[in-house]
Amino acid sequence: MVALLQLKKIRKEYSGVAVVRDINLELESGEAHVLFGENGAGKSVLISMIAGASRPSRGEIYFKGKRVNIWSVQDARRLGISAVFQEFSLIPQMTVEENLFLGAEITAAGLLRKSLLHAMAAELLASLDFDISPSRRVDTLTRAEQQMVEIAKAFRSDLSILILDEPTASLTQHETQRLLLLIEKLKKQGVGIIYITHRLAEIRQIGTRITVLRDGHYIDTVPAKTTDEKQLIKLMTGRSVEKIFPALPREIFETLLAVNSLTTKDGSVKEASLHVRRGEIVGLAGLIGSGKSEFAQACFGMRAWLKGSLVFKEKKIKFNSAGYVRIASMLRAGFLYLPSDRREEGLMMMRSVRENMSLAALKKKPFSNGVLLNKRAEVKKTKELAKKIRLSPPNIESAVELFSGGNQQKVMLARCLSQKYDLIVFDEPTVGVDVGTRIVIYEFICELCKQGSAIILISSDLPEILNLCHRAYVFYRGRIQSEHSGVAINETNILSSFFGKGALA
Amino acid sequence: MTEFSNEEEQKMPQHKNHTEFMGRKGFFLSLLQIFRSLLIRVGVLPFLVLACLLIFGILSDNFLTVRNLANVLRQSVYLVIVSLGQMLVLLTGGFDLSVGTIVAMSSVVGALSMTAAYAVIPEMLWLVILLGCFGGVAAGMLIGVVNGLGVAVFNVSPFMISLGMASVGFGIALYLTGGVPVYGMPVEFSDIFGFGVFYGIPVPVYFAAFITVILSFVLYRTSFGRYMYSVGGNIKAARLSGVSTKLTLFWTYVLCALLSSVAGVLLTARLDTGEANIGSKLPLESIAACVIAGVSLRGGVGRIESVVLGALFIGLVQNGMNLARIESYLQTVVLGLLLIFAVIADQIRLKYISSSRG
Repeated sequence: MVALLQLKKIRKEYSGVAVVRDINLELESGEAHVLFGENGAGKSVLISMIAGASRPSRGEIYFKGKRVNIWSVQDARRLGISAVFQEFSLIPQMTVEENLFLGAEITAAGLLRKSLLHAMAAELLASLDFDISPSRRVDTLTRAEQQMVEIAKAFRSDLSILILDEPTASLTQHETQRLLLLIEKLKKQGVGIIYITHRLAEIRQIGTRITVLRDGHYIDTVPAKTTDEKQLIKLMTGRSVEKIFPALPREIFETLLAVNSLTTKDGSVKEASLHVRRGEIVGLAGLIGSGKSEFAQACFGMRAWLKGSLVFKEKKIKFNSAGYVRIASMLRAGFLYLPSDRREEGLMMMRSVRENMSLAALKKKPFSNGVLLNKRAEVKKTKELAKKIRLSPPNIESAVELFSGGNQQKVMLARCLSQKYDLIVFDEPTVGVDVGTRIVIYEFICELCKQGSAIILISSDLPEILNLCHRAYVFYRGRIQSEHSGVAINETNILSSFFGKGALA
Repeated sequence: MTEFSNEEEQKMPQHKNHTEFMGRKGFFLSLLQIFRSLLIRVGVLPFLVLACLLIFGILSDNFLTVRNLANVLRQSVYLVIVSLGQMLVLLTGGFDLSVGTIVAMSSVVGALSMTAAYAVIPEMLWLVILLGCFGGVAAGMLIGVVNGLGVAVFNVSPFMISLGMASVGFGIALYLTGGVPVYGMPVEFSDIFGFGVFYGIPVPVYFAAFITVILSFVLYRTSFGRYMYSVGGNIKAARLSGVSTKLTLFWTYVLCALLSSVAGVLLTARLDTGEANIGSKLPLESIAACVIAGVSLRGGVGRIESVVLGALFIGLVQNGMNLARIESYLQTVVLGLLLIFAVIADQIRLKYISSSRG
């Protein structure tokens, strides 16, 4: 049988430097082929060549046995190849249906056939089981819904190959399951799927074969069902790793943060009460929009309070007249929130690693005496931090945008080391981060905890909640649905509260 | 290991080709490479300065003389100061289109208050000059305060608020003077601050140098300076890091207005009159000076040294065109083209940078 798609010795160079070196890849129809590798291994470049977004410097591509040139996205479309990239290609000010048929509108005498397009859009979404109204504006959708629209867009013409670049990075467990079911359905229809993910559970569930890349080199292709975790990580990193999750520290001390019936003005959090103790990692689980991130944001001063009380280090924290806690005074008291979206809220991409790391502690020693900066101390301290988080390359004067995604994440997380914080909130600390970097981040969180900080870990990645938390709260529609600790933090318990069932509080 | 040997094989023939063509083609190719890496490292400005010196040096014999270049330096002082203010605002991701109006306001109000004070207390000369300068700077800064409040507190886009204030301020300046230049300031004011020379260097140059030094210190050595970069770099990240973004934005606009006002007062001394029309070209010229010097219009990137050089470059071009007898109407065309060219060159540079890292 002829393979659906075959790449032979594909190579891509940027100004003489090869980022993808002589890669062979074979995709059968009805197969989900997983590309696996660390950030910067060349996965994204490889799929951009298949999708026609960039041209290979050398090598041949065969589609159903015939040699083809895929020199543009249009060429790819003609062959039935569609890609869903991490960066969405949706226009936020337009409706779902307008986006779905952008560039392929149906007109009669030069006028748009709006009712027909609307019907087609509704049909398309229904056939994929996506519960989104076609007339909604894209900027009113959640990120997960936007992802669905993006996927639906790939289906507006005949589809033979679907490329998905980390499609579940911003999805919750539930939405992920729906997407994976959809992929199963596509496989049965004979669509070939190229899938990039860092999540091992997904690979196990839908993957047929896995091709591992490292530094632009082809390493191996292995069957997905029978290859175990350790083996995969070894192939990916080139070294063997014993465990992904470190052992949790045991000692727990006094209560640091106590929140009583917090209700936010926008209604995203309702009557939520919780406490966090020193030396403890507390997980907040739930769907996106369930209030888990919003809860921490309200405590840090990013969202307005309607009512409730906040006690941090035995001091009652006051709100201003608009209902906000002051961010600067929370920071001074030792409370830090690290946002989930490093590009949007976390980093100054064009500034250096040094400036990014020191920003939150700039008014404190050793970085300054309050007004005047001490540059030498700043350089020394940030160099130490870069070493600690294993920044690669370890150049603290380079702009953050020049680093890979995983290293950017590390730079942002290092902000919590620039001074001593008592409570650190990590909001989705491992989104879009490869397993090698994940291990570093997990160790890092545990280390902080051991040194006497309290940690709040907000995560949509269930294994993190299960393996890295002393206690966990599950949020549902703005309320805390249940609280679990120790061995009671297991998949059944947590998932049962995800959708409002098994109510406890 | 197999991958390694593969690579060796592929490099070899390439190398052979290279040596075969090492004639003219190879030379130009490597020249292009050098040009590329230089462009990436230093930006477009040094190339522009070089080209400018070369072209006008050929077109006019008087251009590359010490006297002429010193003249350029003296004439460019005002643009240098205004451009530094503009740069601060650009760093935070904004614009200030009202710098011209601020210069006009400080000139008119400064001249008016100085003449008024001179009429009342002609014997206290220094107090008169001081009062005049103070009045001018205060009037200019008032526009900056409104800009700052609009941007920081009311979230008005910098483009709109400064455009609106440009109109408001210009109107007030015209209203105050009736459109006629203001005369009657003490001659000493003009003699010292406009034409004075101290140890062979014109007095306004001292002001520009002093401002440059102080501003370098503020921008590079204080937390406030770092905050200006951070607000332009990523305002959300800055807020989450405890930076008071509102205060930072407010003071940035006030600081820009302060610098523009000082330029306005110095210019008044040079012209010996207060005029409402003197700043009309400054918004374009100051933004051009910054952009040519590599200040990013998206905020967060820019250096003082480059901006000073950028402003001097614009002065150099204007002077060169004067010497080459290029009509003043055409000079405006050249300036606009230069600005566009610099932005395009900067885009190309960004492309080089991103392609060289792959």
